[in-house]
Amino acid sequence: MLLLSACASQQPVVLRGTGDLGVVVERATGQLQVIETTHRRALAQVSGLGDLSHASVVFSRDSRYAYVFGRDGGLTKVDLLTATIANRVVQAGNAIGGAISQDGRILVAQNYEPGGIKAFDAGTLELLADVPATYGPDGKRSKVVGLADLPGNRFVYSLFDANEIRVTDLSDPGHPKTERYPSGKQPYDALVTPDGRYYIAGLFGEDGLSMLDLWHPELGVRTILPGYGRGEQALPVYKMPHLRGWAVAAGRAYLPAIGRHEVLVVELGSWKEVARIPVKSQPVFVMARPDGREVWVNFAFPDNGWVQVIDTIQNSIVDTLQPGRAILHMEFAPKGEEVWVSARDDNKVVIYGTAKRDKRAELPAASPSGIFFTSRAFRTGF
Amino acid sequence: MFCRSILIAAFLPALVFPVHAQNTAPDNKRQRELVHMVRQDCGSCHGLTLQGGLGPALTPAALRGKPSEGLVATIVHGRPGTPMPPFRGLLDESEAAWVVERLVEGFPADGGPAPTQQTVGAR
Repeated sequence: MLLLSACASQQPVVLRGTGDLGVVVERATGQLQVIETTHRRALAQVSGLGDLSHASVVFSRDSRYAYVFGRDGGLTKVDLLTATIANRVVQAGNAIGGAISQDGRILVAQNYEPGGIKAFDAGTLELLADVPATYGPDGKRSKVVGLADLPGNRFVYSLFDANEIRVTDLSDPGHPKTERYPSGKQPYDALVTPDGRYYIAGLFGEDGLSMLDLWHPELGVRTILPGYGRGEQALPVYKMPHLRGWAVAAGRAYLPAIGRHEVLVVELGSWKEVARIPVKSQPVFVMARPDGREVWVNFAFPDNGWVQVIDTIQNSIVDTLQPGRAILHMEFAPKGEEVWVSARDDNKVVIYGTAKRDKRAELPAASPSGIFFTSRAFRTGF
Repeated sequence: MFCRSILIAAFLPALVFPVHAQNTAPDNKRQRELVHMVRQDCGSCHGLTLQGGLGPALTPAALRGKPSEGLVATIVHGRPGTPMPPFRGLLDESEAAWVVERLVEGFPADGGPAPTQQTVGAR
């Protein structure tokens, strides 16, 4: 009798993979939706994640766990299969995101306050290393931006206040080793190319970007696309752009200009300017479809109701969409046949087919911001 | 829009002298828009909870002792050399003064975007 009732109250066990899972950040309520892309549906909601403004997410190498970095310094390990919190620590006062090591064993958080990076065991969230971003004679600490994982359990990042790029080797987490490279003024975010070779930091403080060839770090930082503003008065920037390896398409990088309503195109390796493409407003996310044939762009407030699509052969706009109010983020399906777009002020996620740019579905979500699919687990720089 | 121009015109004399923003308080719909904008879009840099981010914290404690005129000027004209952009064109000086007053006393919760005509296109 006892046994029977015990069995009856158990949840049915449904086996499933995680390759088509992901999360949508509902930032106003501090919740995550666990979603599934095959049937375009929400599976569950997870609460108790703290302040999720500017939350970002990386995935464990088995793509079962989402690690959520919150603005308030919270680092939460969420089990996508059970939709529960597996572990949570508050690791800083004010954080901006994180990365996971090549071998999946080390998580690194990048922090504004106190400025620096911290490394954690991806299994237990135990602190492994604290590397302050100290600079100058009086030992001030810089805000850290543009963190990315590199081969060899190294991490590269930029110091907004110190005009520097740093590479920290965490292959022996108890003894982190850091190299420092002077960069351009006020790096605001950065990307590493999918092969882990080139690190490109966007600069707020000057017209141009800083590039470090990680295969030849001894050459130091070089300025690419110098003077792209041509000395003209910069337009106001109401939101800083975001850079990741998704900027790379067809052997080129598609980069948001700062203070100009343009996407800049530069050839990787030769660093020659290929094109500058006029767009609707200040670009925020300039994201290549995984095949690199198109690049989708969203925009800063107050023009954030628009999305434009660039054809990477013609390097011109081929479509302009209005998916909803306050488009904050986009995420492509792993092979790029669909893209999920968050419309914060319409409380929905809109899903488009990318071949015809037809709307396929809408999912309700409370003030959605970031959308993250588990396919990120297998990409350097994500 | 028509109503707002009337309001501003009616209180124009108040703008000539040091502003007491309650005299020129934006209407309810505009207040809701401003609160949403500060929480969500200023929040990109200052945080949804206004505890700071790339930009400094905008909590009552962080703003204590800072003259209101300077804060209003920062909103309207931005701060050259920093990422703080000018917001003129998106709000006027009396609206900026209203925002500063709310920040100093503890900023209201976001009531969501003002209910407007949906701007969603056909696709």
